[in-house]
Amino acid sequence: MKKLLQSDWVSRLLDGLLPVFATLAALLVGAVMLLFLKVNPIEAYLSLWDGAFGSANSLAETLVKATPLLLVALGICISFRGNVINIGGEGQMIVGAILATWVGLKFTNLPGWVIIPAAMLTGFLGGAIWGGIPGFLKAYFSVNEILSTVMMNAIAVQLMNFLLRGPMIDPAQAELASKIPQTARLIEAFRLARFVPTRLHLGVLIAVILAILVYILLWRTTIGYRIRAVGHNPHAAKYAGINVKRYIVLSLLLSGAFAGLAGAIQVYGVNYRMITDGSASGFTGSAGFNGIVAALFGQLHPILSIPASILFGALLVGANKMQRVVQVPSALVIALNGLVVVFVVSSEIWRRRRQRQRLAAVREEETASKPGQVQVAEKEAKG
Amino acid sequence: MISDLFSVTVLIGILASGIRLATPYLYAAVGETFSQRSGVLNLGVEGQMLLGAFAAFYVALTTGNLWLGMLAAMIVGAVMGLAMAYVTVNLQAQQGISGIGFYLFGLGMSDLLFQKLMGTVETVKGFPRIYIPGLSDIPVLGEIFFNHNLLVYLAYLLVPVAWFVLNKTTLGLKIRAVGENPDAADSLGVNVARVRYFTIILGGTLSGIAGASLSIALLNVFQQNMTSGQGFIAVALVYFGAWRPVGVLGGALLFSMVNSLQLWMQVKNVPIPPDIAVMLPYVLTILVLVVTVSRVRAPSALTKPFEREE
Amino acid sequence: MKKFVWFFTLVVTFALVLSACGGTAATTEPAAPPTEPPVEATEVPAVPTEPPAAPAEPFRVAVVMPSAINDLAFSQSMYDALVRVQEEMGGPSAFEFVYSDGMFVVDDAAAAIRDYASQGYDLVIAHGSQYGSSLQEIAPDFPDTSFAWGTTVDTFGLPNVFAYEAASHEGGYVNGVLAATLSTSKVVGVVGPIETGDAKLYVDGFKAGVAATDSTVQVNVNYIGSFSDVALASEAATTHIAAGADVMTGTAQMVVGAIGKAEEANVLWFGTQSNQTSLAPSIVVASQVYHWEVVLNEMIGLIKSGTLGGQSFVANLANGGEVMEYNPDYPLSADAKSLADETIQGIIDGSIEITLP
Repeated sequence: MKKLLQSDWVSRLLDGLLPVFATLAALLVGAVMLLFLKVNPIEAYLSLWDGAFGSANSLAETLVKATPLLLVALGICISFRGNVINIGGEGQMIVGAILATWVGLKFTNLPGWVIIPAAMLTGFLGGAIWGGIPGFLKAYFSVNEILSTVMMNAIAVQLMNFLLRGPMIDPAQAELASKIPQTARLIEAFRLARFVPTRLHLGVLIAVILAILVYILLWRTTIGYRIRAVGHNPHAAKYAGINVKRYIVLSLLLSGAFAGLAGAIQVYGVNYRMITDGSASGFTGSAGFNGIVAALFGQLHPILSIPASILFGALLVGANKMQRVVQVPSALVIALNGLVVVFVVSSEIWRRRRQRQRLAAVREEETASKPGQVQVAEKEAKG
Repeated sequence: MISDLFSVTVLIGILASGIRLATPYLYAAVGETFSQRSGVLNLGVEGQMLLGAFAAFYVALTTGNLWLGMLAAMIVGAVMGLAMAYVTVNLQAQQGISGIGFYLFGLGMSDLLFQKLMGTVETVKGFPRIYIPGLSDIPVLGEIFFNHNLLVYLAYLLVPVAWFVLNKTTLGLKIRAVGENPDAADSLGVNVARVRYFTIILGGTLSGIAGASLSIALLNVFQQNMTSGQGFIAVALVYFGAWRPVGVLGGALLFSMVNSLQLWMQVKNVPIPPDIAVMLPYVLTILVLVVTVSRVRAPSALTKPFEREE
Repeated sequence: MKKFVWFFTLVVTFALVLSACGGTAATTEPAAPPTEPPVEATEVPAVPTEPPAAPAEPFRVAVVMPSAINDLAFSQSMYDALVRVQEEMGGPSAFEFVYSDGMFVVDDAAAAIRDYASQGYDLVIAHGSQYGSSLQEIAPDFPDTSFAWGTTVDTFGLPNVFAYEAASHEGGYVNGVLAATLSTSKVVGVVGPIETGDAKLYVDGFKAGVAATDSTVQVNVNYIGSFSDVALASEAATTHIAAGADVMTGTAQMVVGAIGKAEEANVLWFGTQSNQTSLAPSIVVASQVYHWEVVLNEMIGLIKSGTLGGQSFVANLANGGEVMEYNPDYPLSADAKSLADETIQGIIDGSIEITLP
């Protein structure tokens, strides 16, 4: 038994490091591409490392990048556990950010300790609305959530464009002929505290705390249990007396809410205003998509999503640094990210395989004496 | 003014331009229908379209042969499909995420190749509009239906063909069986992996053609990120069409025609802000689904990897 | 493990094939962009060329821009200008520049700007109005580095920030005057991205030019809500043509789709930002082209003399920062040409005032 536990520990560590190995493998392929662009891959990757972890500032940038990824990932953990696919993170971030920004611009006479929490909450609510609508449509009108979230992303972008060049435009810009589509800046009292001189802001802490809360929600509360039950087997859940429709709405709603909060934090911690370049990613930095990837890297587990988001954030930040140092087109950076995603998600098979081996080992050991335990282990493996 | 919208010119315009705009959606969404029917969600359509669009454009530009361009788009799409198939079938990777990976790869790679191989935006002489003696001359109808290029017609021809293959052939039966109940299909001797490989590669090939239909038939130009989210709309349309080619056709036409309607609304000075007009096709697509509550179930095995019980 | 090896081999092969094309071309690709068609500048650019007094160190510039350097629009106009400045100043030994393209994500751009600044570049250019907020925050941290932000007029009152913009309504106005003159159907179509910034300025100027020339000409405007949707831009053009337009214009990188439709229907086209003649030599009449080097040279001169910012520059017809480039293959009548020249002269001497909405 002791030997088993030890090998268990090693194999779990290997599991944890799997995304790192897979990322390295993807970068190896990227090295071939770099060679063809007449760039020294070693120099390129050293700069990537330097950009992601090389200094206090790089590390801070990595964490700043990881924050929205983690928040979106937390929402994804909930919705995927509930077996609904939310690819509407981009739109939910935007709507959350719009509402939160509105609060900060409207009530400038209130103190920061009122406005900041209120804004985070409105951001959360905004995302909840934008995620709740597809949830409602799925539960009660059988509208597939992939379809509705894709469409809602596009609608949110146009809504943002409309508001930022019209009703919410910076009064200073409204005067100018060029009319840059941005809101006014948040007053200083409303900005999230920063660890100067870097851009690292309080939002990082909020995200980590929420990761723990989501873990508790999913595994220590009835609501979480029901979300997972509905996700695992809706028919059985229905049979057990759970209102399946309500939990479908709830899991998409919560998922959207975390994305909305991510949007609010981007405004209050990083940009201090909303600006649009006409697309979603100009504001979100594609965190609505990349957060899904981070969640999967973290095996849909809120706590594991923390290192996963940091890894992915580091890659995004570091690759941009690499672009600057070796002067390759930023298109290469995007292609490289794609490779990393494919490699990491493919590497999952070894984790699953080892999990199955562990399961088999437990089975062998316990045989029929304690069938309960096997079931638990089985459940874990599936969950 | 809204009343200006009620004229024959506008009607012809909306229908004809809807038919054109629907073309890339049709190729990509019919391809996606095949792969989803066999149980695989491919979110990488956008990336396959972009690489297909570039390959078609570049080959057509350098060789001057449109058919070679088409071939290149198909090969690139098929290779992307092959990689996707390997990752999702053999490595049993989470399908949605692998798709996002392939999307990013295609987005970056097409732009990189565009910058390195071409340097600037260029144009190519694409598939011309086909003049059909007699038909093209019919007033109104001729302008709407018989004034398009070859790839537009082929896209519409694809719909009945896809319907036939899916519903009336052994292959289609196998595809549906694999998507609904892979274990049962397997026990009946169907090679689940091979069927899925086939559908994913077919989907990739069709996405490649979808890209080509933009770059060497409808637009005759390549620009970075030129598909601008169309691949994702195509995936959404598969759900709209409830996994049936005819439903996909309906969704593609609805979305595209509302899109051209909003263009006309702006041209005719209907007093709404342009951003709100642009929202229309997205809002209406959702609304139509809400109104016509569909009870069609997704293929049971969709997004679930298959592993033989040994 | 075997599976992994297979997968790896597959991807490597694929990457090799793809990059092989990229690689071989990279070697043959000329360093400078393709030569432009002969240009007929209507205004002799009043470029204050700084004589390179054998500098020991090259002048180093970093630029951050939202789309690709070959978009034939906003980003390319800056890239081309930097290449021209480099040529004027005597090559990379006197003037060297690096760039980050595709920085459409605002906070990625912010990281890039900060990074370039910390590396001691003489001038860091944030080429996109959406970067202003970031610059406002970063510039005070690097008092010895000069920053430039466009397109805007706002330097935030900071001593090390230059602002620059293009008076795109001026070229828009000239294009509008010509469009109204050349249109026989009295309908003119415009394709735009979203109704803000440089695009709005250009379109408003264009409309004013049309209205001043012939008030019976109707201008239909279509904002398609995207900078990248080439297909929708192309259908917008088709819609304009069906609505009777025989002259069109448009702005931003997705209009390359619209130009093709114009050519197919033999409808005239007016370009802006970069010279778009090469896309459809038979129907492009003229393009308003940004020559940012006028602005850049002034900034560089000031920086060399110790002024790091606090001023804003406008590229316009008067200073040659905007040049009307005519398509030599398009048979523009002498009357129309002289009308355009008069209009340009009028804008320069102030006798024509462009009223924007």
